[in-house]
Amino acid sequence: MEKLWITYGNIVDEALVSYFLAPKSYTTENMCEINSHGGMAVMNQILELCLKNGAMMAEPGEFTKRAFLNGRIDLSQAEAVVDILNAKTEKESKVAVQQLEGNLSEKIKQIRQEIISLLADIEVTIDYPEYDVEDVTESKISHVLEKIDILLDQLEKSFLNGKILKEGVKVAIVGKPNVGKSSLLNLILNEERAIVTDIEGTTRDSIEELIQIDGIPLKIIDTAGIRKAEDTVEKIGVEKSLKILEESDVVLAIFDVSKELEKEDRDILKFVEQKNAIILLNKIDLEKQLSLTEIRNCGKKIIEISIKNKKGVEELYEAISAQFKLNEIAIDGELIVTNNRHKSLIMRSEEYLKKAQEIVEKKLPIDIISSYLKEIVDELGKITGESVTEDVINEIFAKFCLGK
Amino acid sequence: MGYKAGKYDIAVIGAGHAGCEAALACARLGMKTLIFSISLECVANMPCNPHIGGSSKGHLVREIDSLGGEMGKNIDKTLIQLRMLNTSKGPAVHALRAQADRKKYQAEMKHTLEKQENLYLKQAEIVDIKVEADKVKSVVTNLGAEYDVDCVIIATGTYLKGKIFIGENSFESGPDGVFAANQLSECLKKLGIEIQRFKTGTPARINKKSIDFSKMEIQEGDAEVLPFSFEDDLLHVEQIPCWLTYTNEKTHEIIRQNLHRSPLYAGMIEGTGPRYCPSIEDKVVRFADKERHQIFVEPVGKDTNEMYIQGMSSSLPEDVQIAMYRTLPGLENAEFTRPAYAIEYDSIEPSQLKSSLELKKISGMFFAGQINGTSGYEEAAAQGIMAGINAVQKLKGNNPIVLDRSQAYIGVLIDDIVTKSTAEPYRMMTSRAEYRLLLRQDNADLRLTEIGHAVGLISEERYARFLEKKAQIEREVERLKTTNIKPNKENNAILEKCGTTPISFGTKLADLLKRTELTYTKLKKIDSERPVLERQVWEEVEIMVKYEGYIELQKKQVESFKKMEEKILPEELDYEEIKGLRLEARQKLNKFKPYSIGQASRISGVSPADVSVLLIYLEQYRRNKRK
Repeated sequence: MEKLWITYGNIVDEALVSYFLAPKSYTTENMCEINSHGGMAVMNQILELCLKNGAMMAEPGEFTKRAFLNGRIDLSQAEAVVDILNAKTEKESKVAVQQLEGNLSEKIKQIRQEIISLLADIEVTIDYPEYDVEDVTESKISHVLEKIDILLDQLEKSFLNGKILKEGVKVAIVGKPNVGKSSLLNLILNEERAIVTDIEGTTRDSIEELIQIDGIPLKIIDTAGIRKAEDTVEKIGVEKSLKILEESDVVLAIFDVSKELEKEDRDILKFVEQKNAIILLNKIDLEKQLSLTEIRNCGKKIIEISIKNKKGVEELYEAISAQFKLNEIAIDGELIVTNNRHKSLIMRSEEYLKKAQEIVEKKLPIDIISSYLKEIVDELGKITGESVTEDVINEIFAKFCLGK
Repeated sequence: MGYKAGKYDIAVIGAGHAGCEAALACARLGMKTLIFSISLECVANMPCNPHIGGSSKGHLVREIDSLGGEMGKNIDKTLIQLRMLNTSKGPAVHALRAQADRKKYQAEMKHTLEKQENLYLKQAEIVDIKVEADKVKSVVTNLGAEYDVDCVIIATGTYLKGKIFIGENSFESGPDGVFAANQLSECLKKLGIEIQRFKTGTPARINKKSIDFSKMEIQEGDAEVLPFSFEDDLLHVEQIPCWLTYTNEKTHEIIRQNLHRSPLYAGMIEGTGPRYCPSIEDKVVRFADKERHQIFVEPVGKDTNEMYIQGMSSSLPEDVQIAMYRTLPGLENAEFTRPAYAIEYDSIEPSQLKSSLELKKISGMFFAGQINGTSGYEEAAAQGIMAGINAVQKLKGNNPIVLDRSQAYIGVLIDDIVTKSTAEPYRMMTSRAEYRLLLRQDNADLRLTEIGHAVGLISEERYARFLEKKAQIEREVERLKTTNIKPNKENNAILEKCGTTPISFGTKLADLLKRTELTYTKLKKIDSERPVLERQVWEEVEIMVKYEGYIELQKKQVESFKKMEEKILPEELDYEEIKGLRLEARQKLNKFKPYSIGQASRISGVSPADVSVLLIYLEQYRRNKRK
């Protein structure tokens, strides 16, 4: 333990300094960590002191990069660390930790092993044609490929969950002006952040907020009112809103039950037909004027709500949750792919798998099928860092009895 | 003692399959070349199985031939049975396999050596190689003759400190009862070369007249006998069949009861044997639940009664061998001519070699064949021709010829042994090749004749014929791609007869050929303008068109592979300096000194992360150098 006295002349803070001697540190280089009592001012002063005495600011991800360059962690581990650092929620960081511990590698290895075993069966008939090893039938190949297809599909789908964990479910709120969009957002956020007025069209830009339900992040976006824009500023806002709607994972469409259905409402209804949407009927505390036939026709989940009286919000949460089966994203035990590189490798494997299935169907010779199977194993090997040839050959000798 | 025996360019030690190819290549390229054999009766001997070719090995023979080697021609002259294997498994893995008349094969090869200008065949054991300032100076025979040479190619097979095991008996010997070479290993050790001990084995030979073939299945050769060499025409040979029988529970019982008498299980053998060549006792132990094992009975030649019993290699005592062989249907009265044995021998750790097969630390010293830890006649010959070519390249001051993994099985083979320390004798397999669809046996000439010609081993005459064949192929592919077939009644009737759907628009011949149901031959009826082409030409055209999409895909993969191969690692790099590398990678890289990032990535112990570090380092290194 040391006290920081240097240069400032007076004591900045009493701090805990821990040394990590190489190579037993995160980066395998000599490292030291300073823990102070906190507070921005104190932290800034300490930082300034360090910089004055020759320290340099780290680039984002620098420590992980060094750990990687120094060979302490491999690529998939490095990627997992970056994910932990970037994790916004608890569930997300749990996934990253699992990946760091090699959960993904294990699953990938399982899938690779299935194909390698099949490959060994095929290759042995090619490399030892004179032996009485049974030829691999097309139906056996199809059967294994189907199995792999399901496993890869699960992994790929888990990426969607992973993406939700990482980036949040994009929830867009839409409705004609003054229907209560900003109020809903405020209610959800439980704080007065958006401008709420009775004058139409004051929310010209969209507002984004992040909240969590059961540890799953929701990114809630309030759009500017969709209506025929009269001035340019508002026009930009409307265009932007449409784009946000296009990109959102779920749309909350709000209608005012105290008014008749207008053209703008109908436009919205038409728009949400194609989308994942929940319909909110607001102002149920007022007298009902709205006829529900048209709204019901679009077949979306309908929730009655009173933003003013904070009624129906729980039901809304449940509905969003159900839309994304958020509760089913059970982290423990189940594997979730969160890394883009991994996802694209998995997708490439799936493409090769589809190709292989096509080839089997076309009854092309086995050496061509085999070359695609190798591609799948190769792509998956890029996640775990293994090579296909050795694995297949080892498997051949382990499984078959050959020799002079 | 000792005398100066003259000055030669190159000495080849050993006249087996590697030595013969190496010596012929050197002499044909104009070098004054010596080739030594412990016994001239053993030139190009096949001490184990009497066949050439097979899956991936047939590919090697055709590649050797395309570079101007001898093996293909020699087997064409002496084969007694031929089969094309894997015909139903796709174009990439078709493979020729021939039974050789072993004595005739040897005699032909020996005569070829004798006739070759610039080549001096001598019976002698080389006991010493003199090296000065890390450069080869001379070789010395057991009789004290010292030949000054600029290069030496060591191709001693399994002769170095050879030791044969038959049950409780063991004795020093080369294969087939020839002397072992006991002094050369010591010389190599003194030169600082790392030696390892390997083991292999061979089954017994049995007199044909004691075999009851009526209890076995017959295996005939193909009706049409295709040549290995692209220079030879269809062969007309009277073929001899092989036979098939099986072991049974009685055989296995005898083996189990006598395991304690096996030198391998008693721990007398220290060498590592190959997993793909287990002895019958290994098979019975490792695959205990297998009720029977396949055994092939192969003729060894036309004018001998000896039959080779493939699948029954063993190191059990002779009495046990006889008992167990006689449990096989058809072998009840088997008379042994030679017993099965296991042989242990010294080989070098091949990662000490460059991709040119020259030793990294001694200039002018090349190694080829089984001494490099490989197994198989074809693997040996492949290294032989490359070592020969590269010794000449060196003496002529040219860059070595290194085939890469996308060019040839030879490239895969050499790259594998120099980047992966072989833990067991290395056998070529098609599964080792990443770009199998490109490395076919049918296109070996298209892949390698140019190189063979540039080196000087392919005659102008053969080259002209090759260019003509290539042009014919290109023309025919082009014709198929541009010829339109009309959707008329006659054409569609023919198509339907072939079991494929009729066409409703004009369709290119090439597109029809891509259909699974159709072949080049079947399309003849609707292809009225078809030129008359040789089989080798149209078969090539058929494969190129039919599998075009898949072949193109592999070509793309080769492009990205080549990118890493072209990132050359400077020889002077000290990997200890690169802190980012893991300790194991640093050590391995300093030991192997790979020539490119691609090769580095194939060394076991070098992880993808290490490769990323190398890439970053190489970039920095280049930038610093530019400054």
